[in-house]
Amino acid sequence: MLDPKTLRYQKSHEWFSPDGTVGISDHAQKEITDVVFVEPPKVGRVVKQGEACCVVESVKAAFDIYAPVSGEIVAVNAETSKNPAVVNSEPYGKGWLFKLKPSSPREADVLMSSGDYEKFIASEAAHGSH
Amino acid sequence: MTTSTLPRRTALFESHQRLGGRIVDFHGWELPVQYESIMKEHDAVRNRVGLFDVSHMGQVFVTGPQALAFLQKVNANDISKIGPGKAIYSHLPNEKGGVVDDVIVSCLAKDRYLVVVNAATADKDFAWFQKQAKGLDVSLENKSDHYGMIAVQGPKAAALIAIIAPAAAALPRFGALELELYGQRCFITRTGYTGEDGAEFIVPNEIVVRLWEDLLAQGQSYGVAPCGLGARDVLRLEAGYLLYGQDLDDDFTTYEANYGWVVKLDKGDFIGKAALLKQKQEGLKRKLTGVKLLERGVPRAGAPVLVDGREAGKLRSATFSPSLQAGIGVGYLDLPDLPAGTKCAVSLHGREAPAEIVKVPFYRSPNLKKGA
Repeated sequence: MLDPKTLRYQKSHEWFSPDGTVGISDHAQKEITDVVFVEPPKVGRVVKQGEACCVVESVKAAFDIYAPVSGEIVAVNAETSKNPAVVNSEPYGKGWLFKLKPSSPREADVLMSSGDYEKFIASEAAHGSH
Repeated sequence: MTTSTLPRRTALFESHQRLGGRIVDFHGWELPVQYESIMKEHDAVRNRVGLFDVSHMGQVFVTGPQALAFLQKVNANDISKIGPGKAIYSHLPNEKGGVVDDVIVSCLAKDRYLVVVNAATADKDFAWFQKQAKGLDVSLENKSDHYGMIAVQGPKAAALIAIIAPAAAALPRFGALELELYGQRCFITRTGYTGEDGAEFIVPNEIVVRLWEDLLAQGQSYGVAPCGLGARDVLRLEAGYLLYGQDLDDDFTTYEANYGWVVKLDKGDFIGKAALLKQKQEGLKRKLTGVKLLERGVPRAGAPVLVDGREAGKLRSATFSPSLQAGIGVGYLDLPDLPAGTKCAVSLHGREAPAEIVKVPFYRSPNLKKGA
């Protein structure tokens, strides 16, 4: 399992690890509720930062997952097809979604640090957006 | 009834917060959509027992010498078939055969009935009742603000009910009982909205919290779980129950909703009978039809259903079914006679997911005896 403190985040609640792995935050998995289906991107697909490239579905609704940085999809997590609930139980571990090879590593600079992401969640909650 | 637009809270609101319920606005009521997990709550009801706060639902008492005559007039089902101690599911048709609401009518005595109505339609129903009661010797009382309601559902429900209200545990399905609990007059019907055995407790607001806490405490050994609206919606859709306002409304008839068994054309006159009879003779142009995905994916309400490449209608309710491990939904299709097994497709995120027409209910609980 990755340490959430070492990851970078975007406002749409994806995390991004320095090795290119992407998943959703613990906060996001709670909001999404029980994940029943993950539609991963195709390996080899080239995505732009902020592009919707994966769908996580819960009993309640479907959620688009946006690429935190531009790059090529180099791996997807087969475990999420067999056992989608792993996205809920281990969002920073076995529940990762896909891995990409960044084409412009500097793009990660615009992502939030763990501390800033925590503040962002708190401000979202304060605004009653959920 | 208040007509405030502020969200309303049931007597159990603080209990839901303490239990970690995620509160949402449901037709103007603040209710939990889930506590820990919709899947876990669904599992509790299918395999053990779950508790639901359904206090938002309305209660209308119908009393007087012409109580039955009045109920026969406003209901499509034959209310004369239930005597004291029995309940029946029914639709309230309008003149066009559309549905004002779907209800459960309980007979408490020959001249006294309790009608449980939907939350969003409680005021509309009561106004409709008052209009239709003119000239009849019947009195109508909307006691929705006075009562809370708890549904106890699941294969272990009867065992749990037996601890709190032994007489209710002995009732058959659709039995109804008036009794005293915690010194207050209450009603229990062996009904529900999940496709499992269970009961619905209708109790004065003052004792709802005590009943809820006792059910939770006594239910521990049975694996009881408090359940939210999310699990309730999945359970009811699997069981083929209609959600008024979504699957059914004033513009769709009981026949179109594929609930023709509710309409008793031989019972004498009632509102909407002529329209329903005409529709039965002429045949249907559309029908609420069950669809099941054949590949992984989750259909959503509003998704188009394609038959032979043509859109035949849109899904009204849809979800992932944990019991079937497949996406399911119902929608009004303009091909009312499609046999089960017909291949179709559901439009999902811009792709056409293979699906097939299936019989509703999608799921029949092995815990319920056949025909029950």
